[in-house]
Amino acid sequence: MLGFIVRRLLIALPTLFLITLMVFSLQLLLPGDPALALAGEERDPAVIEAIREQYHLNDPIPVQYAHWLIAALHGDLGISLRNREPVTSLIVDKLPVTLELAILAMLIALVIGIAAGLVSAIKKGSRWDFGANVVALSGISVPNFWLGIMLILLISVRWGWLPASGYTSPLDSLAQNLEMMIMPAVVLGTAIAGVMMRHTRSAMISAIHADYVRTARAKGLSERVVMLKHALRNALVPVVTMGTLQFGELLSGAVLTEQVFTIPGFGKLIVDAVFNRDYAVVQGVVLFTGTVYILMNLLADLLYYLLNPRLRA
Amino acid sequence: MSLSFKRCGLILAGTAALFTKVAIAQTLTIGLAEDPDMLDPDRGRSYVGRVVFTGMCDKLIDVGAKLDLVPQLATQWSWNDDQTVLTMNLRQGVQFQDGTPFDADAVKYNLERSLNLPDSNRKNEISAIDHIEVVDAHTVKLYLKSPFAPLLAALSDRAGMMISPTAAEKEGADFSRHPVCSGPFEFDQRVAQDKIVLKQFPEYWNKDAIHLDEVVYRPIPDATVRLANLQAGQLDIIDRAATADLERIRGDSDLKLESAVSLGYSGITINIDHGPQADNLLGQDPRVREAFELAIDRSIINQVAFDGEFTPDNQPLSPDSPYHLDRPLPARDVEHAKALLKEAGVDHVDVELMVTNNPDSMRVAQIIQSMVGEAGFNVKITASEFASMLDRYSSGDFQAGLLSWSGRADPDGNLYAFLACDGTLNDGKYCNSDLDSQLKVARRSNDMAERQKAYTAVGDILLEDRPILYLYHPNWFWGLSSRVHGFKPYPDGMIRLEDVSLD
Repeated sequence: MLGFIVRRLLIALPTLFLITLMVFSLQLLLPGDPALALAGEERDPAVIEAIREQYHLNDPIPVQYAHWLIAALHGDLGISLRNREPVTSLIVDKLPVTLELAILAMLIALVIGIAAGLVSAIKKGSRWDFGANVVALSGISVPNFWLGIMLILLISVRWGWLPASGYTSPLDSLAQNLEMMIMPAVVLGTAIAGVMMRHTRSAMISAIHADYVRTARAKGLSERVVMLKHALRNALVPVVTMGTLQFGELLSGAVLTEQVFTIPGFGKLIVDAVFNRDYAVVQGVVLFTGTVYILMNLLADLLYYLLNPRLRA
Repeated sequence: MSLSFKRCGLILAGTAALFTKVAIAQTLTIGLAEDPDMLDPDRGRSYVGRVVFTGMCDKLIDVGAKLDLVPQLATQWSWNDDQTVLTMNLRQGVQFQDGTPFDADAVKYNLERSLNLPDSNRKNEISAIDHIEVVDAHTVKLYLKSPFAPLLAALSDRAGMMISPTAAEKEGADFSRHPVCSGPFEFDQRVAQDKIVLKQFPEYWNKDAIHLDEVVYRPIPDATVRLANLQAGQLDIIDRAATADLERIRGDSDLKLESAVSLGYSGITINIDHGPQADNLLGQDPRVREAFELAIDRSIINQVAFDGEFTPDNQPLSPDSPYHLDRPLPARDVEHAKALLKEAGVDHVDVELMVTNNPDSMRVAQIIQSMVGEAGFNVKITASEFASMLDRYSSGDFQAGLLSWSGRADPDGNLYAFLACDGTLNDGKYCNSDLDSQLKVARRSNDMAERQKAYTAVGDILLEDRPILYLYHPNWFWGLSSRVHGFKPYPDGMIRLEDVSLD
């Protein structure tokens, strides 16, 4: 087990290195120059040159990359060109926000998705199945930004039940924090719930017809135990893969949802950074989210291990 | 039972305390269209940054509602006879938010910082200053290399914003993270892309005019979301309400709408002489540019793209400016346009029009494309995001592009950089020596009549040469909650917080 984890972590290192190299090169392919983007509507050539000098943008590309990599290995991800905030402190600021949103969204997705998938698999072909499928498909097909704006217009503007947007740290006020997070979490959660429901349903359907379920039934176990303990547990393996990958994705930021609810998370950070050609921020955040994604994959494998006894053998 | 009574009592007391607090603390929340860049007046480059500075940093001179220059930190100013020495008397008893006194030394420090910081964006605006003399604690003299009339307007913008020399020295390059000025509100905290919080500065020299305890600026890029937040009560003022939303604001009894014609403009910049891309009929033949203009109907653009809420115009200066020319908008005349193309020896012209990929610009570009199409112009629209577009403008890699400028109080700020032969933002490399010399005459004179004459000549040359086809002046629209009182709209788009209060 430990060997497995260490091996996986060692494989992660070259992957991360390749990610940084790729992000660095992709940025160079982007048209537009960071100094120029920083100068904005007042593009004084003398100032642009001064900015280039100040941020070493005139150095050869491999030198720039080496500088960045060496500093990154020492834990220094550089500073934002746009507002001079250290990239690490930007990540530290945004991480709890994104993490909280991702956890809430995932909880909503898991509860709705697994329950609906289970019901529609057990009652396959019934009205329940049909209803759950319609809900799942709507969850997947309705664009997040549209659902977000509709929720704001109905719940905040029309009824005044919840604040329309913004963010308060749970340390300042947990109640206010939840009031602000619930709508974005529902928007993100319902979209993922649809995917989860479809996966749970198909995995459950094949599990229901598997030999071990027939054996369990033959042993005279109650239908409840057969379904929840035998069928669902096995059916969860692909759902867990899906869930951890979706969670990893949520951690790299839900751009549109964050934009609509003006939540200061990773999505907004990275999109603004790309548009402003704020390279240090883009590199830092991608390196970080890449690491998170790799860890999520590792977590998925560990969960398989726990769920599926055959892997432990 | 007694426990639940006790609990009820506590809850009631808590609620009462909360309400008392709400009634006392006056926090104004403003929704901005973008997240400001660096909060350092010398390094700041964005329009929204200027909005935040207005709450935090006083300037030597302020701009009035009629574009007149009014005292702020300088109470009086005067020029010597040959207009090369500007003497400014400074307000007494003013201090910066860190307690440093505001005096002539601080002014000298600030102007020298604007001139000497390597990445100062203010250098060009005040480069006419040769040196600064501290006459006494409350008088400074600015010695110019040569007369430069736009200087006063520059001192009414970021170049005239005074920051605490103590804080600037202490923070160095990181000043923008903890800015200290002398304005009505002091910096409290900033969470990137979330909010900027300012708190009332208790020692402000004009504190009788300040009725708010706190101001929070929140960047919300989407105009619909901004409005929804205003309607839901999360915001008290929104900046740049979308023209499509104005009817909703007007129809909502809980909201108010304020507006002003902006100092800026939107127009089509044409590549006249910047690299090989200039080598096309639109860039080379003034008749073709005239034909292009004749095929456009500016009021249709305004009606279709902006619900008739903007101000169509064919000039760079706002109609509120005393230098705006009284010239009629040309009527659309497709036949004349076709005839001009014929005169130029062609029946159709291919043009690539570059636009920023936002819905408004795209709409304007499409309307233009269909209108000029009738006269024989095949317009290909290329949309790209802002940073890529800037790159193409700066390197001359464009034929024509839809560009906007936020505008400045002095006419020079809308003209020189874009049209003078050595202009720093002259992307099309247009150069006309007559226009150049008139721009320089206007720069050298503080006499209104003389400047008016020069700018009339400039305006007429522009209407003839058409290096930029000016289309309209955007209007500023602010949506306000009906709780907000005392808000005054200004053509520079800044949100001044003096006299603003909340119910």
